[in-house]
Amino acid sequence: MTPQDFRTGDTPLPDIIILTHRLTRVYDMGAEQVHALRGVSVQIRRNEYVAIMGPSGSGKSTLMNLIGCLDTPTAGEYWLNSQKVSELGDDELAHIRNKEIGFVFQTFNLLPRATALHNVELPLIYAGLSARQRREQAATALERVGLGDRMTHKPNELSGGQRQRVAIARALVNNPSILLADEPTGNLDSATSAEIMGLFGDLHSQGQTVLMVTHEQDIAAHAARVVTLHDGLVATDQRRAA
Amino acid sequence: MAWWPPTSAGPPDVPLFEALRLALQTLRTQKLKSSFALIGVFIGVMFLIAAWSIVNGMNLYMTEKFAGTIIGVNTFHLRRRPDFTPNVSDSLWRAWARRPRITFGDARAVAVGIHTPVITAWESSSTRNIEARGREVRDAQVTGATERYFDIKNLRIAQGRAFTAQEARGGALVVVIGYDVVDKLFPDRDPINKEVRIGGRPYRVIGVVERQGKLFGFSLDRFAVAPALSPMQHLVNPPGVVDALIVKAQSLPAMREAMAEAEGIMRSRRHLRPTQDNNFALETSEGVLDFWAGIQRFLFIVGPGIVLIALVVGGIVIMNIMLMAVAERTREIGIRKSLGARRMDILRQFLAESSAIAAAGGGLGVLAGVGLTILLGAATPLPAALSPLSIVLGLTLGTVVGVIAGVYPASRAARLDPIAALRQE
Repeated sequence: MTPQDFRTGDTPLPDIIILTHRLTRVYDMGAEQVHALRGVSVQIRRNEYVAIMGPSGSGKSTLMNLIGCLDTPTAGEYWLNSQKVSELGDDELAHIRNKEIGFVFQTFNLLPRATALHNVELPLIYAGLSARQRREQAATALERVGLGDRMTHKPNELSGGQRQRVAIARALVNNPSILLADEPTGNLDSATSAEIMGLFGDLHSQGQTVLMVTHEQDIAAHAARVVTLHDGLVATDQRRAA
Repeated sequence: MAWWPPTSAGPPDVPLFEALRLALQTLRTQKLKSSFALIGVFIGVMFLIAAWSIVNGMNLYMTEKFAGTIIGVNTFHLRRRPDFTPNVSDSLWRAWARRPRITFGDARAVAVGIHTPVITAWESSSTRNIEARGREVRDAQVTGATERYFDIKNLRIAQGRAFTAQEARGGALVVVIGYDVVDKLFPDRDPINKEVRIGGRPYRVIGVVERQGKLFGFSLDRFAVAPALSPMQHLVNPPGVVDALIVKAQSLPAMREAMAEAEGIMRSRRHLRPTQDNNFALETSEGVLDFWAGIQRFLFIVGPGIVLIALVVGGIVIMNIMLMAVAERTREIGIRKSLGARRMDILRQFLAESSAIAAAGGGLGVLAGVGLTILLGAATPLPAALSPLSIVLGLTLGTVVGVIAGVYPASRAARLDPIAALRQE
């Protein structure tokens, strides 16, 4: 089933982890209305590695926020892991963010006063895990990104690449359905960028679904599929020959 | 927005313990800011406890010691003018000074004329030096009294004896002294049957009164009591005059009855017409206690007022600090929200923080208040008695202030849009 075949009232196939159907987002800026998304229909299967590209103002950040359940669409449907999330309320969206989505941000967004371990524990606090379980899982996640020996360090004691690894560990600690990365290498030098991209590749090969927003061609090239947005619509959707 | 009780839907709530742990961690890392924030509550609670302790202590003193010691229970004094006279106008004072004095005749007539069973004693006091063997006690209270004086005043004899009716009537040169006098004049000797000189006359010490302690910093043990008809009379009053006739009844109704009788006797002796006011005073401990009740009412209005102001100011400071904290930590809130924190989680986190600040302020305020109370009790004549209720109330009020002050900043934090919050630098 292609995006074009999906009709309102349908349910996505179980294999489809993300489905947007004519997703629209209009910002009310007082006098004028800004149409950030004008009907984006995308389907992403489990264990895909997708990059979303587009010039600034194309709507890729808006799409990212909607997929990340940080925002709700004006119209259209959004299904995440067979759940229609486009109609959920604030607290339910918080729950989805906690369980289904792992964010990786350009600016890392770590709590500066907390240790790496505590930063990674954060999603588990809101999942309601006990302190012991949290520590175990957070330690495992940090080891998974190769920072087992940096757990008690605070962000300002870590390099940019290490910080982003902490952020990735935090994103993975709840075993989310999708890893959602917003310009993950935007604040990193090229060597470190390559390192992080390597980690993304590893995670993908371990079965993780990865969705990444970037405006850098060479970063997008790591993905198996590139979706390009233009003026709030999908312009191209290309799969790289494996 | 309802933040309590937690909604049943969704994942288990972040335990309150977690929010508290986080709050304490923030307080630890932001010591200076937090210490400013808790000053208001600190002062409020400290004042509450110190003021409460002093009022409480004064109350105990006034009801138990002052009223009991100065006037006595179920007791009234017949005097020319009231002895305990706060806030008297000059004209009233002059009018009092023109009144005739209470004579021996008055005192005898009233003592004999009251049919209600009572015991009576004369009392006239002044201040004089008491000397013995080259030592002296300066400005001691010297009293001329009759033999029931000790019973009425509840002055128990610790050594020796009180003087007898015969000694009182005969004006014997004997004296009963307080422990301050003993300590000064006979530090290492038995004072009984020793001689002391008051106003140049020698008196034989026959008894020592049990230690009475202090009242507002004044010793109650610095006195000597001799028979009213002894030469002591010349030191304390003009000839034939007493300061007071003390009348003690067995109960309050009996005292009122005796007072009415005494009033009638005095009015007829003074030939007062029904339209004329009494030109003598009948003073009871109730008068003293009424006066104290007035002060207390005032303190109970002013005290809470000051506490309230301090707590309101403290609350505003905390609210301000919390608003600043929310503004500063907007990004943190965004991060937490992106990781799955719900509104209630954020609300609770900031409420816990403001409550922790206020509770810390309250706790330190309690410590400081208790310290201040102990210090006041030790360093000043003010009596202070710590009330456990004030400690509980102080802590509770402090915490309540924190919760109230935290509601607005916390709800602002909880309502933040995660996207906007994440964008903040």
